[in-house]
Amino acid sequence: MAKINDKYDLSKIKYNYRSEMGRYEHHIYFCAGAGCISCGCADVAKTIQECLGEYNLNSKVKMIETGCIGLCSLGPVMLVMPERTFYVGLSPKNVGKVIKSHFVDGKIAENYCYQDLKTKEYIPCIDDIPFYKDQVRIALQGCGTTEFDKIEAYIATGGYATLHKAITEMTPQQVIDEVKESVLRGRGGGGFPTGVKWQAGHDAVADQKYIVCNADEGDPGAFMDRSIIEGTPHKLIEGIILGGYAIGATKGYVYIRAEYPIAVNRLSKAIDQARAMGLLDEPLFGSDFQFSLEIRIGAGAFVCGEETSLMESIEGHRGEPRQKPPLPFQAGLFGKPTIINNVETFANIPYIIKHGAGGYTRFGRVGAHGTKVFALAGDIVNAGIIEVPIGMPMRNIIENIGGGLIGGKEFKAAQVGGPSGGCITAADIDVPMDYSELIAKGAMMGSGGLIAMSTDTCMVDTARFFMDFVQDESCGKCVACRIGTKRMLEILQRITKGEGKKDDIDRLLELGAVVKDTAMCGLGQTAPNPILSTIRYFRDEYEAHILDHRCPAGRCQALTVFEIDPQACIGCTRCKKHCPTLAITGELKHAHDIDPLLCIGCGACYGSCPVDAIHPTKREEN
Amino acid sequence: MSMINLTINGIPCQTPKGTTILQAARGNGIHVPSLCHLKDVHKYGTCRICVVEQVGAKNLQASCMVEAQEGMEIYTHSERVRKARKTLYQLMISDHNKNCLSCLRNQDCELQALGRELAVQDDPYAGDEPYHGLVDVSESITRDTTKCILCRRCVTVCNEIQTVSVLNAQNRGFDTKIAPVTGMKLGDTNCSFCGQCVAVCPTGALSSTVHEDRVWKALESHKHVIVQTAPAVRVAIGECFGLEPGTIQTGRMVAALRQMGFYRVFDTNWAADLTIMEEGTEFLQRFASVLDGGEATLPMITSCSPGWVKFCENHFPEQLDHLSTCKSPHTMMGAVIKHYYAKKLGLKPEDMFVVSVMPCTAKKTEIARAEMMNDGLPNVDAVLTTRELGDMIRAHGINFLNLPEEEFDNPLGQSTGAADIFGTTGGVMEAALRTVYEIITGRELPFPNLHVSPIVGLEEIKEATIKLENVKPEWSNAEGFEVKIAVTSGLRGARKLMEQVEAGTSPYHFIEVMGCPGGCITGGGQPRTFHINETRKARMEAIYREDEGKPLRKSHENPDIKAFYEDCAGEPGGHWSHEYLHTHYTKRGLFNEMTDEHFVVEKD
Repeated sequence: MAKINDKYDLSKIKYNYRSEMGRYEHHIYFCAGAGCISCGCADVAKTIQECLGEYNLNSKVKMIETGCIGLCSLGPVMLVMPERTFYVGLSPKNVGKVIKSHFVDGKIAENYCYQDLKTKEYIPCIDDIPFYKDQVRIALQGCGTTEFDKIEAYIATGGYATLHKAITEMTPQQVIDEVKESVLRGRGGGGFPTGVKWQAGHDAVADQKYIVCNADEGDPGAFMDRSIIEGTPHKLIEGIILGGYAIGATKGYVYIRAEYPIAVNRLSKAIDQARAMGLLDEPLFGSDFQFSLEIRIGAGAFVCGEETSLMESIEGHRGEPRQKPPLPFQAGLFGKPTIINNVETFANIPYIIKHGAGGYTRFGRVGAHGTKVFALAGDIVNAGIIEVPIGMPMRNIIENIGGGLIGGKEFKAAQVGGPSGGCITAADIDVPMDYSELIAKGAMMGSGGLIAMSTDTCMVDTARFFMDFVQDESCGKCVACRIGTKRMLEILQRITKGEGKKDDIDRLLELGAVVKDTAMCGLGQTAPNPILSTIRYFRDEYEAHILDHRCPAGRCQALTVFEIDPQACIGCTRCKKHCPTLAITGELKHAHDIDPLLCIGCGACYGSCPVDAIHPTKREEN
Repeated sequence: MSMINLTINGIPCQTPKGTTILQAARGNGIHVPSLCHLKDVHKYGTCRICVVEQVGAKNLQASCMVEAQEGMEIYTHSERVRKARKTLYQLMISDHNKNCLSCLRNQDCELQALGRELAVQDDPYAGDEPYHGLVDVSESITRDTTKCILCRRCVTVCNEIQTVSVLNAQNRGFDTKIAPVTGMKLGDTNCSFCGQCVAVCPTGALSSTVHEDRVWKALESHKHVIVQTAPAVRVAIGECFGLEPGTIQTGRMVAALRQMGFYRVFDTNWAADLTIMEEGTEFLQRFASVLDGGEATLPMITSCSPGWVKFCENHFPEQLDHLSTCKSPHTMMGAVIKHYYAKKLGLKPEDMFVVSVMPCTAKKTEIARAEMMNDGLPNVDAVLTTRELGDMIRAHGINFLNLPEEEFDNPLGQSTGAADIFGTTGGVMEAALRTVYEIITGRELPFPNLHVSPIVGLEEIKEATIKLENVKPEWSNAEGFEVKIAVTSGLRGARKLMEQVEAGTSPYHFIEVMGCPGGCITGGGQPRTFHINETRKARMEAIYREDEGKPLRKSHENPDIKAFYEDCAGEPGGHWSHEYLHTHYTKRGLFNEMTDEHFVVEKD
């Protein structure tokens, strides 16, 4: 591979790649993000290739595998350019029809396009789909529309030109100033202004400084960073090199979790490509700045997403936090000044440097400019990855982008900020998605996990779920987190079993306050948040469990039995087939009945009923 | 030293820059409770008990970890702090084994004392207990994880101070335990059994494997139970009875032992003098051989410290030829008692029961080694630590502080000052030099008061060069030779010196290693202290005082030693010595993979 020495080399690559692509009339951007891969997109891709051959389309249509395009719940998906037609729910069986219709017959295969559940209309053009309409993609730019495994493809979109501009035309201080002016805040959870952090790194004096990319994304249901790495690994590399240049670090690490093998694979390939082209380990663009980048793979501990634990882990030690201060910029990795940023933060950097702070501050709101990527999950129709301007009301995200809740259920709350965050209730659904606004409501932006919950969700059980996660992931170093989270979990467990004690709520509040106040690291300090937040908004649910031994949402098995409304039941026998304990009796086309003594409250029947005739109710105590 | 100003509880305070909030408070006479923190040793922030409120900070600050800053405003006992401390304590005891009344550390337990201080009266969070409640008994050390509060003092000591790295945190979260890897038992690992972990454990989680019952039983039996005490015990035993560190209690200790019913109270110091004769001779033989261009392994390294010996066997199994073949003094004494003294009394060796009172936990493993037997009998039958002796004296109802001072029994009770200093780092080397130098040159060691000043003190590694001039005619080829010596205490220092030996770059001819930092004075069996550096210094000074108070200061001048050689062993390094006073070593390897010998004791 020829080395890149100047901007002409970049232009040449861009030109060549574009001319190569320009030979085709159509391009298929085929999503090979982790979500689509798990939906079996590899077989679909194979079938597409076969079809293209079969219909002699190989000279006309070029299929490109890209990273995640976002609408994961409808995968596998593909985007046909230049028409911008978006096909969803593809399978090896149906994709042949789509190819034939679109490319041979020249007709959009509407039935395989996105269908609006409310209007029942099919929306072929991606830009008209509500999921995409309100999004602003900066960190996700190119994700889903760029060939992830070719550095040429990234360069063709203007990639590494920003790096060239920074190295040849800007001083490190100018780069930092630009980032400062953009008011970019850390996207990993803390929300600390990146420019300020970089300034501290820049001002630190040392023979060696490090820049570290935190790709240890561990929040349940979060996959923003993963999508960025898998879709545009080179953008991340460019962002990290820019950061290294700004603070004067010549060495960088990407700390990425082992559970992301695809991301690891694509990123290491990208690093190899960048190295082969002289963008790593060699003086850049004739300057005397050179940068090297290595991947460090985490062994699966959530706490290693905490920056001091992450550094311990990179150094080869057990993943446990260090006391702060000293802060990493004072004494970080191997005792040297170190700046740690999250993947999404780095992914914003090339855009900011390219378009200037002004280009970035066009989005978002004062104090929190730009955009934020969220991973939409839970009981939501359009689960997937989205990027919206900061400050967008949550209602817009849930109802328009997310398409509302599955089954048209009522929205109850959203867990924002993962296990460190809190819940936003239906009453607050219009809250602007902004750092300070979310904190005021007892939640936090966090890394951008957004789990929507319907009225079928028990909030005590939700708190229990997150506490179970956190106590399992506690490193065990400090008493507050190691034992505190365990005891909080035990209290929640007994409440969900109907064995709660009268003072359990107070006990949780007390314990939560102490754990928050005394734990060593961010994991422990934020661990009680889901409890504190759910008590704040759903105290009545806690009380129902403790005092009435009743789970209002009917999710806590020990407190719930299901019953069938004989008027509504059509006798389809479906529930009977699903019941694991043979508690349901009834003949075909006759109303069924559930024996409450045999019912274990699992809810299998509830999920299977086509006519909504089954309801949870309080389990009577004997 | 530049000072900074801060206010603590509204009181203006000054503290040197770079100190922690905890140090600042304590330095200004303000008490802040703490648990995991151990001055000069361990600063880790796990227990959070020392949290304080810092005005302007979001969370409470662990005062042992956070550096004091100019202008800080600190509250050490605000309601928020008191509440947090109490809750943290309640969490800590929520999974703690609360069989306090039958715990070895009852009323000597830092966790217990803290609960009293915080006036905790309930246990509201009791719940699941970690599944790993195991008791693991090795010859030297007993681990009871149900009493562990995961303060990690032992981890710091084992990894950073001793570089043995056996104890570490395993698993995570609530299931975290401090243990050797993969569930191994301590007796199966490369543990050196130095017991430094035991000495810093705040609770009963780590203790020495007690031999008290063995000794009580022997005292009740028909056997002649003979006790010997190591030089470092007499300067520390007083601490068990509230005396200051470094108070010499030789006479009372002897009196107490006699009251307890021991048949004879001998002094391990006698055997230390014997060791010098044997080890000095061994060094001279190796040295002479090298001077003659022959093959002999130098540097020769002392072998009195069984923790060090095991460390060497595990970590440097190919370097064992460097170790002196001498047994440690107390095992020499055991051999002499059973195979010389018994005969003198007309008793059978098997009717003798030898108890060693040692500052050491490793000696308990040492006596279980197959090599420490002669004619099918162990040289020593039981090892009591200084702490155990204190317990036994108390259990015997003896009012220690009211005892008269008594003398050791003879003939194995008389010793020189050279033997006393065996208890501190640099002592064995100095004692050896006092004799060896005189043998080669015919003159006294040319240092004021016979102290080889470069190797006196508590630094990790000390070295000196002794030039041999105007030597005796039979040592003419040593004329002008510069003997390079090194002294280290603590296994980290030993590792450094051994890495040189392994690499073939060691410049030394003679090295003294003691396994514990400071030497036996702060061995794993000594009374616990919160002021390790100060205590170490006080005990060391006491040792030197004891030495200087002796009429005889050189081992070869001990008349009982001379008589012993005439009466029994012939000459140092002779046939009898080799049979009874010397030993050999076992290659063990880092994972004990080179041996089948283990030191696990199954609990019955």
